[in-house]
Amino acid sequence: MEVEAIGTDTITAISTPAGEGAIAIVRLSGPEAIAMTTELYKGANLLEVESHTINYGKIVDPITTEIADEVMVSVMRAPRTFTREDVVEINCHGGMVAVNRVLEIILSKGARMAEPGEFTKRAFLNGRIDLSQAEAVMDLIRAKTDKAMSMAVKQMDGRLSGLIRRLRQELLETVAHVEVNIDYPEYDDVEEMSHEVMRTKSKEVHKEIEALLEVANQGKILREGLATAIIGRPNVGKSSLMNTLVQENKAIVTEVPGTTRDIIEEYVNVRGVPLRLVDTAGIRDTEDIVEKIGVERSRQVLKESDLILFVLNYNDILTDEDVKLFEAVHGLEYIVIINKTDLEQNLDLSKVNVLAKGKPIVTTSLIEEEGIVELESAIAKTFFSGDIESSDLTYVSNVRHIQLLKQAKSALEDAMEGIELGMPLDMVQIDVTRTWEILGEIIGDTASDGLINQLFSQFCLGK
Amino acid sequence: MTYHAGHYDVIVIGAGHAGVEAGMAAAKMGAKTLMLTLNLDMVAFMPCNPSLGGPAKGIVIREVDALGGVMAKVIDKTYIQMRMLNTGKGPAVQALRAQADKPLYIKEMKHILENQENLTLRQGMVDQLIIEDGVCKGVLTESKTSYTAETVIVTTGTFMRGKVLMGDLEYESGPNNQRVSIKLSEHLEEIGLDLTRFKTGTPPRVNSHTIDYSKTEIQPGDEEPQSFSYETTEYIADQIPCWLTYTNEFTHQIINDNLTLSAMYSGMKRGTGPRYCPSIEDKIVRFNDKPRHQVFLEPEGRDTEEVYVQGLSTSLPESIQYEIVKSVPGLENAEIMRPGYAIEYDAVVPTQLWPTLETKKIPGLFTAGQINGTSGYEEAAAQGIMAGINAAAKIQGKEPVILDRSQAYIGVLIDDLVTKGTREPYRLLTSRAEYRLLLRHDNADLRLTDIGYELGLISDDRYKQFDEKKQLIEEEKKRLRKITIKPNEAVNQVMAEAGATPLKEAIKAYDLMKRPELSYAFVARMIESHPDLPIDVQEQVGIQIKYEGYIKKAKEQVARMLKMEDKKIPENIDYDKISGIATEAKDKLKKVRPLSVGQASRISGVNPADVSILLVYIEQGNVARIAN
Repeated sequence: MEVEAIGTDTITAISTPAGEGAIAIVRLSGPEAIAMTTELYKGANLLEVESHTINYGKIVDPITTEIADEVMVSVMRAPRTFTREDVVEINCHGGMVAVNRVLEIILSKGARMAEPGEFTKRAFLNGRIDLSQAEAVMDLIRAKTDKAMSMAVKQMDGRLSGLIRRLRQELLETVAHVEVNIDYPEYDDVEEMSHEVMRTKSKEVHKEIEALLEVANQGKILREGLATAIIGRPNVGKSSLMNTLVQENKAIVTEVPGTTRDIIEEYVNVRGVPLRLVDTAGIRDTEDIVEKIGVERSRQVLKESDLILFVLNYNDILTDEDVKLFEAVHGLEYIVIINKTDLEQNLDLSKVNVLAKGKPIVTTSLIEEEGIVELESAIAKTFFSGDIESSDLTYVSNVRHIQLLKQAKSALEDAMEGIELGMPLDMVQIDVTRTWEILGEIIGDTASDGLINQLFSQFCLGK
Repeated sequence: MTYHAGHYDVIVIGAGHAGVEAGMAAAKMGAKTLMLTLNLDMVAFMPCNPSLGGPAKGIVIREVDALGGVMAKVIDKTYIQMRMLNTGKGPAVQALRAQADKPLYIKEMKHILENQENLTLRQGMVDQLIIEDGVCKGVLTESKTSYTAETVIVTTGTFMRGKVLMGDLEYESGPNNQRVSIKLSEHLEEIGLDLTRFKTGTPPRVNSHTIDYSKTEIQPGDEEPQSFSYETTEYIADQIPCWLTYTNEFTHQIINDNLTLSAMYSGMKRGTGPRYCPSIEDKIVRFNDKPRHQVFLEPEGRDTEEVYVQGLSTSLPESIQYEIVKSVPGLENAEIMRPGYAIEYDAVVPTQLWPTLETKKIPGLFTAGQINGTSGYEEAAAQGIMAGINAAAKIQGKEPVILDRSQAYIGVLIDDLVTKGTREPYRLLTSRAEYRLLLRHDNADLRLTDIGYELGLISDDRYKQFDEKKQLIEEEKKRLRKITIKPNEAVNQVMAEAGATPLKEAIKAYDLMKRPELSYAFVARMIESHPDLPIDVQEQVGIQIKYEGYIKKAKEQVARMLKMEDKKIPENIDYDKISGIATEAKDKLKKVRPLSVGQASRISGVNPADVSILLVYIEQGNVARIAN
């Protein structure tokens, strides 16, 4: 397909999140992207390399002739690129100084600093992606963490679309039924839709939207926080650990009404890694998670966590319970924290080493405020190394989608209110149809022909 | 040798339901108008069912009336029965339907046309249009008579290259064996219009004397007098019932056994038929699990014994039709007077039209009615009146009249046609209207009378009455806001009668009216003194208050819709210059040439991403830049 770019200039930006990452990427998009890079790149001739190749070389400041950074450069020619324009991605070795230097050099060559989301906008305007995808990519850009990124990717995969489609189909069948009653009032083979059926149907869908909104809420939290569980036997210092992390990192305390009980969460940011410390089993009550909710349930809680902080007592010998906990966290992402180093050592460290199977081990004395820096860097390292994967990524994370879901919910509530008031069903149905339409907006499907088609495939109508 | 027979402002080809409204509207607006029809005895003939109205369609008739059209007035004078449908439902979906006296309807309509100032009614077959410099300038008939004109409206219904099909019998014909129009169709293709091929069908008619009505159920008209036109004051008390019977497994067996003999099922490629008006063959094939289908027996008039067998539309051979009819209870001995048939015809692809119904390709040429791919007398009338208005407006230098989707079903119909086109004969359904709560049977006058009056289509007397009605409604609403109803024995007596829970606290009459079970009449009884208001005013006050919340919501939606309608697309836009719009969408946009972003967004194949890009493009002012 012949594709003409909508923008005529070449834009650039650092397209990885700000912070101390392992690498940082400077991206260029536009007709001059490759030529510009060539002028400040020492290595293979980028104008001649094949599309979609990655090339090792150096970025050289053309004025001072100094080497700014050692880099890997990806060259991707239009139209098979994210923006459908020529795209170059320069993988820098990290360190904000070096990255910014590379960016500055590119800017000095005449590229324009991209506005936030402009790559996506170009992708969108060049027809590379549709509106719903564009928004997911917008989130992708804004995403602070790798975690949130994979969530945005899932969203583009259309899992959400699938769910929404199912709900819409259910509403559509109801709506079509009411419509048939209206347009063909004398046809006796179509039952009259009753308030009761309409009530049941509305309630069902309402429940599903609520559930979606609930995970949406989770998704929103996940976008900025990893579910983190603190485990360990009683009196190993779990609550001290939680309090320490919270105090150190200026937590925001949120109360999220859960389905079965209220869950207290502490929301902290450890060196740029957002953590959601979940006090699922009452760590604050210093009760044993295993004891309190049983081994099976605790396994479940652990599985739902993205990161586990497993606390051992330096002052105590390794018990059977500790070994059981090691078994419980097997295969999960965890950090072993050996606390109370201010006290006498009774713990067999070599055994712990064997049981930890290469997972990070940090020694702390939370009372003496020792080892906290090491713990934090271990958390950051675990995170940035990309080892962490979330258990379930079907979330609604897009703010607009959440907004639309809320609108759909409220439209359906209007319908339910109308039913209770005994309003005629053709009036109630206006709100049901609106719900259907709003849900359609989420997946970009607002074609109203759907209803007419449903009408004629579901019912035998006509003279 | 061609004989020049005169110059007109507007020439209407055809005098069916679209043609008569077009001709009347143009003439009433002061345009010198000529109507040419193949057969003067068939003016406003109903070739299919003998009924007008029903859901959506009935509301259209009222809209046409509010714009000063004739359909409502003629049916009010000629019905044999009238019924309000969906009375158990909300006010937005209630609609009138009348069974027409077919011959009488023709007679009445013809008489009205004959008496209309500025209107010439003439018999004649138009073979081609006179096109000068790409502009339509008149017509030429088969008798070599030419008429010049400023505008021409083609309303030829199903006559263009019509072909009647029944079993393996097929012959060129208009409906009901009328003359077929061949040359005009060829001519329209020559001048560059895209035509498509549609089909529709009609059931057999039987003699009333041969029906055993005891085996059927009676379907009487309403006792309460009803009317379509806001001007009607006299009602026909003597109504004739319709009757209901059913097909059965024997009927279905006969059809299944003979399916290959059906003209539409014989495997030949045919025009597209409407899903909502299927033949009995279609119904049995597509829904083979249904044990029976309804069959309505509808008299075709007072002075005829012919009965229309609604539900048995078919293109099976005549011999099979006899068997089918005889298998239906009550019709065992029925004599068929006319067999059913399917008819194929040429239609103009309606996306070639502006929303004024003028063709984009040939200025001055309008098309309206079934030729535009619709089905139904009411849909035809709606287009007819709009084409007539816009043709006259064009020559008078007036602004075109385009009704939007929130103003009228007429607006929904025309917008659907010119924006989305149609792949089957188009029928209006309430579900096609997004704002049907606003497009009610009861408020058609409130929506459109002002427009009709401004165009000169509504008399001063009628407008005065309308204005008074509007005032009464507003005054009464205002009054009810001020009145407080206190709970007492008398009040709660009325509440109980209405089936409502007793009143416990004092409440404003206005708010009390919002209870679904309380009509205006009930609330009025709780107030000591109240003005003696006409029924339609009472009804209007009740509806406007009771459904205020819904109406308000609908109006908010309309406001959002209108925002997109207000974003006009420059006429000189070059869609090829907008990269990013999908190829399919681009093709559609180039074809439809929407006037606004709102209209663009309703084109199928133009997805929200395309619309966003279009919006961005227009807003960025790229259009201006490229134009330079």
